This record gives sequence, C-alpha cells and structure tokens, in this order.
Amino acid sequence: MGDGSLLHTDIDAWLARHQSKDLLRFITCGSVDDGKSTLIGRLLYDTGAVPDDEIARLERDSARGSAGGELDFSLLVDGLAAEREQGITIDVAYRYFATEARKFIVADTPGHEQYTRNMITGASTAETAVILVDARKGILTQTRRHSYLVSLVGIRRVVLAINKMDLVDFDPGVFQRIVADYEAFARPLGFDAITPIPISGRDGDNIALISARTPWYDGPTLLGYLEAVPLAADTLAGRPFRMAVQGVVRPDLNFRGFSGQISAGVIHVGDEVRVCPSGRTSQIARIISGFGDLDTARAGQSVTVTLADEVDVSRGDVLAAAGSPPESAERFVATLVWMDEQPLVIGRSYWLKVGARTVAVVVTGIDHRVDVNTLEHHPATRLELNEIGDVALRLDQITPFDPYEANVDTGGFILIDRVTNATIAAGMLRSAERRADNIHWHAQTVDKTARARLKGQRSAVLWLTGLSGAGKSTLANRIEQRLLAEGRHTYILDGDNVRHGLNKDLGFSEADRVENIRRVAEVAKLMADAGLIVLVAFISPFRADRELARSLMEPGEFVEVFVDAPLAVAEARDPKGLYRKARAGELKNFTGIDSPYEPPLQPEVHIDTTLTSPDAAADRIVRLIEQRGLPGVDGDGI
Amino acid sequence: MSDPDLSIAAGTVAASPERLTHLQRLEAEAIHIIRETVAECERPVMLYSIGKDSAAMLHVAMKAFHPAKPPFPLLHVDTTWKFREMIRFRDSHARNLGLELLVHTNPDGLAAGVGPFTHGSAVHTDIMKTQALKQALDKYGFDAAFGGARRDEEASRAKERIFSFRNAAHAWEPKAQRPELWRLYNARKHRGESLRVFPLSNWTELDVWQYIAAENIPLPDLYFAAERPVVERDGTLIMVDDDRMPLASGETPEMKSVRFRTLGCYPLTGAVESTAATIPAILQEMLTSRTSERQGRVIDRDQAASMEKKKREGYF
Ligand SMILES: Nc1nc2c(ncn2[C@@H]2O[C@H](COP(=O)(O)OP(=O)(O)OP(=O)(O)O)[C@@H](O)[C@H]2O)c(=O)[nH]1
Ligand SMILES: [Mg+2]
Repeated sequence: MGDGSLLHTDIDAWLARHQSKDLLRFITCGSVDDGKSTLIGRLLYDTGAVPDDEIARLERDSARGSAGGELDFSLLVDGLAAEREQGITIDVAYRYFATEARKFIVADTPGHEQYTRNMITGASTAETAVILVDARKGILTQTRRHSYLVSLVGIRRVVLAINKMDLVDFDPGVFQRIVADYEAFARPLGFDAITPIPISGRDGDNIALISARTPWYDGPTLLGYLEAVPLAADTLAGRPFRMAVQGVVRPDLNFRGFSGQISAGVIHVGDEVRVCPSGRTSQIARIISGFGDLDTARAGQSVTVTLADEVDVSRGDVLAAAGSPPESAERFVATLVWMDEQPLVIGRSYWLKVGARTVAVVVTGIDHRVDVNTLEHHPATRLELNEIGDVALRLDQITPFDPYEANVDTGGFILIDRVTNATIAAGMLRSAERRADNIHWHAQTVDKTARARLKGQRSAVLWLTGLSGAGKSTLANRIEQRLLAEGRHTYILDGDNVRHGLNKDLGFSEADRVENIRRVAEVAKLMADAGLIVLVAFISPFRADRELARSLMEPGEFVEVFVDAPLAVAEARDPKGLYRKARAGELKNFTGIDSPYEPPLQPEVHIDTTLTSPDAAADRIVRLIEQRGLPGVDGDGI
Repeated sequence: MSDPDLSIAAGTVAASPERLTHLQRLEAEAIHIIRETVAECERPVMLYSIGKDSAAMLHVAMKAFHPAKPPFPLLHVDTTWKFREMIRFRDSHARNLGLELLVHTNPDGLAAGVGPFTHGSAVHTDIMKTQALKQALDKYGFDAAFGGARRDEEASRAKERIFSFRNAAHAWEPKAQRPELWRLYNARKHRGESLRVFPLSNWTELDVWQYIAAENIPLPDLYFAAERPVVERDGTLIMVDDDRMPLASGETPEMKSVRFRTLGCYPLTGAVESTAATIPAILQEMLTSRTSERQGRVIDRDQAASMEKKKREGYF
C-alpha cells in the first residue's frame, strides 16, 4: 500500500507483480520492553503501511503518552485499551505490510512471561523470528525462553536484533559481546542461521535503511534480511503426501469427496494413497479445487478428493502417500508447553487435537522439565504454567502421526481441558513410545487411577456367585482368557488359590464362611487398587456377605454375576463329586443341601447356564467390561 | 451444480506449478477455517453484510463445499437503514447461489423508531446492530457465526483470534483469549457460549479486492463511482438514499461522482469522490490514497477504542 510511484505506473502490471508475490510470516519476540512493538510500528511506518488518518491519531496519542512528543510507534501495534494504558503488550497483534519483493504477516508477541501462551500462538505460524535484545541489558531469561520456544516450534532462522543501540552510542563492543553471549547460549538450539543486526527501532537505524551511525556493520538491514530469507514453505512439497480429512462432502449418492488442506507433498490423479490409521489403500480419482478439477495439487492447497474405491474414510483420518505413510500409535513421547494456571496432572484425562482428530489422552509420566535458562533437564512430577517438558502420552485411539520435525500438522497438537474447554497446552509429538524404551518416568500421584491407566484399563471386581458346579470357575477362566487377549491385566481368586493358603485356617462353619468371604473381598479390593480386573469365583451364598464386598469397592467397580444353575442341574453335573459326598453326609454345611443359597436380587449380570454357553456368557461380560473404557473417559460419547 | 455465474471463475486462483501465491495461501486457509467450523460446531451461520468482504467470504464458502452447497444459512442483520441497492443485491445474490437467507431486525428498536438521525450513531448501532445480532443468534441458536472482518481493519481486530470465543452474553474478553496454535482451532464450548469465526482474518483490503477481481465476484454498484446525490456533513459526504434523511434549511443534495469503500447504514457511511468505475481503477486509487477504509465509517470515530468496546458488548 501507499507506494506513491504508482500514480504513473501501469496498474495491471503492478497487480500482476503483486499477485505473484510470496508471503513471509515472522514474529518479533524477546524480553519485556526490549522494543518489539516499537520496531513493528517502525517497520509499518517505513514501508508506508500506515494510512494518514492513523498517523494523525498516532501523533495525537504520542503527545499524551510517555514518549514526550516523539512518535511512539508501539501505539500502532498495541491495540487493546489495557495495553495502551500500561505500555505493554498483552496479546499478539498480527500486522500486514508489503514491499516490492514480498508480502509480510508479522506477529508482534508480548515479552511478559505471564503471556507466554500468546507468544507461542504467534510463533507457531511463523517461519522466521526477530529476537530482540536491549543493548543495555543483554540476554535475559525471557530472551532465552523465547529463543527456546522459537526453536521448539521449528523456526530454523532467526535475527538477533540488538536494539536501542542509540542508548549505547552505537558501540560495536557492546554489540559483539551480546552476539557472543547469545551464540554460546543458542548453540544447543541448533538454529540453521543466526543473523545479528544492530538497530534502533525508535530511530529507524538499520531497519529499512543502512545506518550511518554503524559504519562498522556490513550486514543487511532488517527489511533486507526479511525480503531475502528463504521460505520454509518451499520444502513442504518435497515431503511425502499428507492430508488430514476435515470432512466428507456428499451432495448426492454419486459423489463422496474427502476435504482437507494438504499439509505436505504433491498428489496427482491416479496416485496410490493410504487411509490412516486403517491402512486401506486406493487411488485418487478426482482432485477438486474450488469449482473445478485439477490434475495435481500440492502442499498448502485446500482440496476435495475422491477415491477410486469405496473405502471407509472419516473426519480425523489422514490420507497419505501409500508408500510412505505416517506411523500409527496410542502411546507417544511428546514435548509439552503448559499454558494453563492449573498445573498438568498425571493421570487426568484431557482432549488432544491433532490435525482434524480429537481424542481423549492421559499424560502417564513426565520424563523431565527443561530449565529455560540453562536448557538443563530436571526431574519433575508436575508442569506449571509456562513450563516445558517431555512427557509420555496415552491416547484412547490409535492415531496416525509424524514426528513434529517432519510434519507440523501431523505432529503438532493442543490439549483441551474437558471441563473448562480451555486450550491448556501445546505439544509436539516426538515418537511412538516403545515399551522396551528404558525411560524413567517420574509419576506424580501413584493411585488406583494411575495404576489402572498404565495398564490401559479400569479396575473392576467381577464377583461370580452361584452353587457349586454352576460353572463359576469355567466362566471365570474364559473371561480371563478373553481379557488377556485384549491386553488387560487380570487375576482370579477362587477356592483353589485362597482356601489352601490365605484361608487355610478357616473351616465351613457359618462364621468361617463369613470370614472367608470377608478376606476374599478385602484381597479383591487391594487388587482393584493395584489397577487389576479381579475375578472372584466363590459360591458366596449369603446376600449380606456379597453386599459387604460390594460396599468395599468404588461405585461401578463391583460387578455381581449370578451364575445360575438349578440345584438339580448342578447336582447332576457334580464335577468334583461333592454333592454325592454331601448327600451321603460326608460333607457338612454344603450349600444347596444342608445350607441355604440366597440368590442375588439385582445382579449386574444374570447368566442362565441352562440356556447360555460359557463362551457366550464370557463374551457378554467382556463386552461389558470393555465398554467401561478408562477411568474418567467413559460416558463422553467418544 | 453451481450457478453459471460462478463456474466461470473456476481455477482463476489456481495452483502455480512452483509455489502458492499469497492469494492462494489466503484462500486455502479460509477454506480450512470454514470447513473446521462446520465440522466442530452444531449450528453455524454466515453473517452476510452485503459488503465486499462478505462477498469474498461467501465465495470462499461456495468453493469450500463444492459440489455441495455450504451447509449453513446466511444471516443479514437489517437495521432498515441500509442503502436500498444493498437490499436488492442481497436478495438476488442469495437466490442466485441457492442459499437460505435469514433477515433479522430488532423488533424493539423498530417499534421505538430507533434510527441514526433521531438517536445518533452510537445508540442506533447498539440497538439495531449489536443487540439485533445477539437476538438473532439466540433466536436461532447459532453456536458459531462467520464474519468477514479482517485484522488489518483496526488495531483491536489485529489482536483477535480467528476462532474468537464469546461467553453466553456474546462478549469478547480480550485479556483471556484462548491460545491459537498452528491450524488447530479449539471450537469447544458450553451451551449458550459461541464462537465468532473470521476466515479472512489474514487478508488485507488489497487482497480482498484482488481476489474479487481474479474470481469475478459480483458486487453492489455502490462500490463503483457514479453520479449520486450527496450532502456534506462534518467533512463527510453522505448519500441521500431515501426521503427519511432530514435536510437542513438551505441544504440541497448535489450530484457528485462518488463511490463507497465500505457499505453500511447510508447515513453513517461516507462516500469518496472518485471516478473509478472498474476494479483496477479502484485499486489504482486505493494504492495511491493515504487514508484507511474505516475513515468513511462514522461509527468508528465516535469514541476512542470504540471497536474494542463494541466487541466487548457483543458486536462482531
Ligand atoms: N532509545 C530507544 N528506545 C526504544 C527503542 N525501541 C523501543 N524503545 C522504547 O522502549 C520502550 C518499550 O518499547 P516497546 O516497543 O513497547 O517494547 P516491547 O518489547 O514491545 O514490550 P512488551 O511487548 O511489553 O514486552 C518504549 O518506551 C520505547 O519507546 C530504541 O531503539 N531506542
Ligand atoms: Mg510490545
């Protein structure tokens, strides 16, 4: 805008040139008051992006403010009433300007630590960062924090803008000292290039024009640098094809298209693609962009594709190059930037959004927290607001991903609080966690939930009651086999492993039978607390005893299964010959013969063994258990 | 499938073999945003204000779901003080595109006879725009509303997220905005809360014009210079669009060649003297002009920080 020479140039030629310009997104960052907003204001002013009416307002506002009559360029950018009052930046401002070479979107980010989440918001979409340092103050904690965050989001080229050079008499010694300090600190961050520039944002030195006050400096101006820095977006088309499916377009029965923005690679009609995580493959039949068809499309474009085969594709799936698909996993190692006042709680369930996919997630452990000053790793049991650390995640669904370094869209995620709906963390997936990995996780509160989650399950006590010979042990064994196959952690308590050890001292008197069940219930409770799914197969004839067991467990944890066989049927089966002995008077107090059985009034599950096979019964119960999901995760419609 | 008018435009903002131009990037981003809203919200609506930004946004939406139609209605908050040509254009454009158009006017304001001449621009804008908008969103239970606002329009807009969360009172809380990283938009909200979604956040005025030119998007004639009856008030040229406009004694409308940079309520929208009757001519004038488009909007000059204040009250 506002290039006066246009009056005499051919508008069509100008537009054609302007239309084919590329776009650089960058941020300014650094510590409080280092001059970020002033610098952006200055850039906008120097590139003619500020209209006259805004300049008039700026002159009015500057006269009122602290700049003492001189133009306070930060007022062009700090647009919120609270910011102007306090003279600080609170939230990111996005501003737009252009030169003959390029279009720019700049995000001016806040320096205050309190607003780090707004800084990272700006950084996440930037390709380059201008890191400001006040020449008088040198490298500060926030300079380091922002540099680390800039490197975390994947920015590879930065400008180290040593600002307020006017306040140190443009002393090259000051400049060189700060550059040396910074390079020493930033070496582990592995930037591809650090370009130091001495500037005065307020006065405009080395911003648009080379300054006469820094004859010792022979590098580019800031604007010159921004016009020439290579675009990161250029490399995306060379990567394997990825597109997160945002939605299915279905105007009529003959058309089923999958919409999304291509995040990497190039596709052509006819290309083989893989649907992830299902792994099914098909070919691209059509590529629709806007109102027409294309033969090919590339990273950055929003398209709708149709496939040659009727494969199942829905929102959240990733379409990928068939030959180099993303990995799929449920457990990950990731870096988290915590952005909420409530600290991260290990074991609590959050929402995780990656691409177009939102799944429930639990942080199962923290490997370390990073000290932003030293970049050292420290053991941690929690992450507080603005802390950064590596964690282990467990998702409740197999999810396709690429490491963040390889693809921002399939590797970058946010966490959302399930109650407040706030965006509470930003994260970068690093790798799928292999269980063999010898990582030492510092779990915080080790409780039942944490133990159960680690096992990927929810504790339960399946209490199988019924006459001797009704089929409790058979059923318990079938259920355990099924659960084991599902990867669940289980244990069976029955007469064989309890009566011979723990309860060796008990007989069959009524008092001993009550004590027998009490002990079994207590052991089941401990095992449930260990996170296990416990199967109890005891006759447990008395209602009161079973109710006692139920009362020991958490609500929903106790599942009473009535294994129902009429006495005649059980007696006819008599697998251990016990009924025969009881009838013969060789066994006293035998349930059903000379001791009563009180059937459950409202069992969670009632299995009529004369109608239901043990396999069918086991299926039913396993389904019930699996439906309960993870602690805190069920009932949310996922 | 789509109307013939639009299909001409197919592929005009098409892929270059090498890299995407900035207009292509902006269009692709806007499509992504619109699709994401539709996928994550229960009942979205597109605010259609009949201006050039709305026109561009609606065009992007048509592209986003082609060959299907956008799965949401259009909503126009009619203050009854819009230029007559805007209303004509609105009705014919929605019909041509085959989209459902909802029109809402604040019945209380209407009954009370609220208007800019009698009540002043601040009261008029509050009652007939802000309150009317909130009424309409509540009435239909919309949980997301697309708006064509751009960040380059104004300093507090420059601070707003693309998915801008509004509490149950529709208020914006600028100091508590959700972080918004990458292209990951958090659209979760409780019942009663809503989102304002701005697909054109990163577009500039120039981008919108270039897009309209490249895609051949129809616009109301008011954007193009023509002889129109105007009176000058406080240095602003106001078009006399109907006989509700009270004229001071001795004030007579003059015919001048004018056009509008933005469209709104005619008594609150300043015209600029111009002879630009084509988009390239408008762009030429725009590129050499040194004032912002909001200069012509009377409402924004009423108070310092007025936009931020209005947004806190539930304005777009
Ligand atoms: N002398 C001098 N003062 C400067 C320069 N740049 C900025 N300042 C002053 O430094 C102060 C802070 O400037 P801002 O631009 O608001 O700083 P910031 O980095 O944006 O601050 P936050 O966003 O709040 O972190 C203001 O008083 C500026 O006028 C400079 O180059 N020289
Ligand atoms: Mg600032």
